[in-house]
Amino acid sequence: MSQVEKAKPKIRGEVIVDRERCKGCYFCVEFCPTDVLAMSEDFNLKGYHFPEIIAADRCTGCGLCGAYCPDFAIFGHRI
Amino acid sequence: MKADPKGVLTGSHFIDGDHACAEGALAAGCRFAAGYPITPSTEVVERLASRFPTVGGIFIQMEDELASSIAILGAVWGGAKAATVTSGPGFSLMMEHIGLAVMTETPCVIVNVQRGGPSTGLPTLPGQADMMQARWGSHGDYEIIALSPDSPQECFDLTISAFNLSERFRVPVFVMMDECVGHMIERVVIPDPDEIEIVPRRLTDVPRGGEYLPYRLDGDLIPPMTHAGMGHYPHITGLTHDERGYPAMNAETQDTLVRRLCDKILKNADDIIEIREDGVDGADIVVVSYGITSRVCLPAIREARAKGLKVGWLRLVTVWPFPDRLIRELAGRVKALVVPELNLGQVYYEVERCAQGQATTHLVPHAGGAVHDPEDILRVIEEAAR
Amino acid sequence: MSTQAPPAPTCEVHNPTEQWLRMDRIPHIWCPGCGIGSSVNCFTDALEKSKIPRDNVSIVSGIGCTGRTAGYLKLDSFHTTHGRPIAFATGLKLANPKLKVVVYSGDGDLFAIGGNHFIHAARRNMDMTVICVNNMTYGMTGGQVTPTTPLTAKATTSPYGNFEEPFNLPYLAESCGAVYVARWTSFHVRQLSKSIREALLKPGFTFIEVVAPCPTLYARRNRLGAGIDAMKYYREQSEIKNGAPTRDVALGFQSKIICGKFVDTSRPTWLEAQVQQHRAVLGDKFTLAENWEGVGEPRED
Repeated sequence: MSQVEKAKPKIRGEVIVDRERCKGCYFCVEFCPTDVLAMSEDFNLKGYHFPEIIAADRCTGCGLCGAYCPDFAIFGHRI
Repeated sequence: MKADPKGVLTGSHFIDGDHACAEGALAAGCRFAAGYPITPSTEVVERLASRFPTVGGIFIQMEDELASSIAILGAVWGGAKAATVTSGPGFSLMMEHIGLAVMTETPCVIVNVQRGGPSTGLPTLPGQADMMQARWGSHGDYEIIALSPDSPQECFDLTISAFNLSERFRVPVFVMMDECVGHMIERVVIPDPDEIEIVPRRLTDVPRGGEYLPYRLDGDLIPPMTHAGMGHYPHITGLTHDERGYPAMNAETQDTLVRRLCDKILKNADDIIEIREDGVDGADIVVVSYGITSRVCLPAIREARAKGLKVGWLRLVTVWPFPDRLIRELAGRVKALVVPELNLGQVYYEVERCAQGQATTHLVPHAGGAVHDPEDILRVIEEAAR
Repeated sequence: MSTQAPPAPTCEVHNPTEQWLRMDRIPHIWCPGCGIGSSVNCFTDALEKSKIPRDNVSIVSGIGCTGRTAGYLKLDSFHTTHGRPIAFATGLKLANPKLKVVVYSGDGDLFAIGGNHFIHAARRNMDMTVICVNNMTYGMTGGQVTPTTPLTAKATTSPYGNFEEPFNLPYLAESCGAVYVARWTSFHVRQLSKSIREALLKPGFTFIEVVAPCPTLYARRNRLGAGIDAMKYYREQSEIKNGAPTRDVALGFQSKIICGKFVDTSRPTWLEAQVQQHRAVLGDKFTLAENWEGVGEPRED
């Protein structure tokens, strides 16, 4: 078994969620290239599930979550 | 301010009403026109297309009247003074954007050289049957300004007035010509630029990037404007909107907005309304007319006076807003009001409404396609005198 | 479930889209899983990267779901009548050619009621960027058939399946004379942003179709699932073919979606042609309009 240890991404990112703006479309969860997000089992005040961060250390700050989010409720950035 | 000399063709000209109208627009500072060919109005845009490139104006022949009537609104928000010109069927197509101009308070001028209708009707022959369409043609409640010239000289003069009124009240203004005045050739005197008074656009004094609310009032019922590119980022919508210009679809905002849109015209009606009169004081009968018909009725009035009748002549230069008070007071002093018009009764019913039964009212209808025979008007004057 | 909203995250950084939005109008009216919002992210990203000053950008929308876009953007924004944003934009541009005028509207608005204005503005090479969010339905009025609804797809006014041949929008745009034509889906956010930036910076009539989900009306009636299912379909069934002949990129019901930049050419814009023609014929008598400095001068692109 010869596993090459993946190098951690050099640029680290942060993802920020405004859960009350979320309408639960799943776009960010589905299209995050490093699987940082999962849908929460909780609801926001409007009754939608919203994304929660399950692996913050995997975020590269690529910003795709924000580019997809139709409700301007999430974005990622590099730190 | 005074007219920009670049657009003013000072001198005495022998031209028709359509060409005079185009010169009026040029003198008024109109530098954008969009139009679509339609008889009997086409000469106006032809002249603008020919003259504009020499004075820094832009003419574009759009794909239809819907496009023409909204292209001018875009041009106004881009900073121009703008007009479109049409006739009956095209006027029908423009109704939607008259509503948009009213709702967004976009100053502009729409010229309708009226012909016979309904539908394609009589493209080359006169009518005055679009007067109620001018008043009510777009959906919803609103007040509008409509002027009615009776000569090529007035086609020039009133087109300037139309621009000035539209800027003053931020409302579309109609120049309701007809085929007769449009194609009638007479002397038109265009004065020196410094004799032509121009109302400039009232722009906000909020600096670039400052907090500008597009429909916040500033002393009167007419909010100051901005243009695209001035750094104010207004949102302009045909939806019912609040003073920020944001859609606010509820009964309260609707009431505030629509009442103001009407009030800004109605409360200034005395300022707006222009009439001409002759022999009204002491008359028993007054002929109330507008446009070409106010000239056609003159021989009838002369004849009636020769027969000893006391007949006055009242001409509505401004048809909308309607001179309610004036007609009401007049009806209290005279025996009868006679209304000849090239339709089967439009302005007549306004006269009847305002007369409130104080005087008898008499329509002299004509379905259009020609002007009245003065004999027909005389006959009704004589009936009214009995 | 608590009844108290947790505070919005407060931090030094902000969603990069927010600076372009009228935040006092957010949340917007678009449904969960609607693709319009994603296209707005791409548009604002493209604006940012284009470096065009905000004060020089005007956005014009018609009526409908996508027609609401103008109202959410912190730009000079005009929400006009149904089908007529291109005609409004024409006047706006001609009165002030310094403005970058963007028309942002939907398939019904631009290609049914507004089709005539689209074809003529493209023919004239009128200087503007037209972004059409094509969700293949009238969302605002409840899911009626549009000129882009694919054959056999159901709509409230084609309850037994659409039998009218739809428009192939890139083919239409190219045929009418657009100098830049691209199609992406709301899945292709990076490519879409780049395309919008290219279109914004290109003189003439530039057109971008954005295929986007309408989960509430189109997808539900056709049993296609939620917005995310449409997005997965775009991911799996899209093929990028830059330069593909536009006649070959028609869309069928749940068919393969050919995406890419199809047309990128150059010819004089209406403004340039107008100045050149009038100057040639009128000579010294020609007077350039106010604000038109530089129009009609030779350009490189």
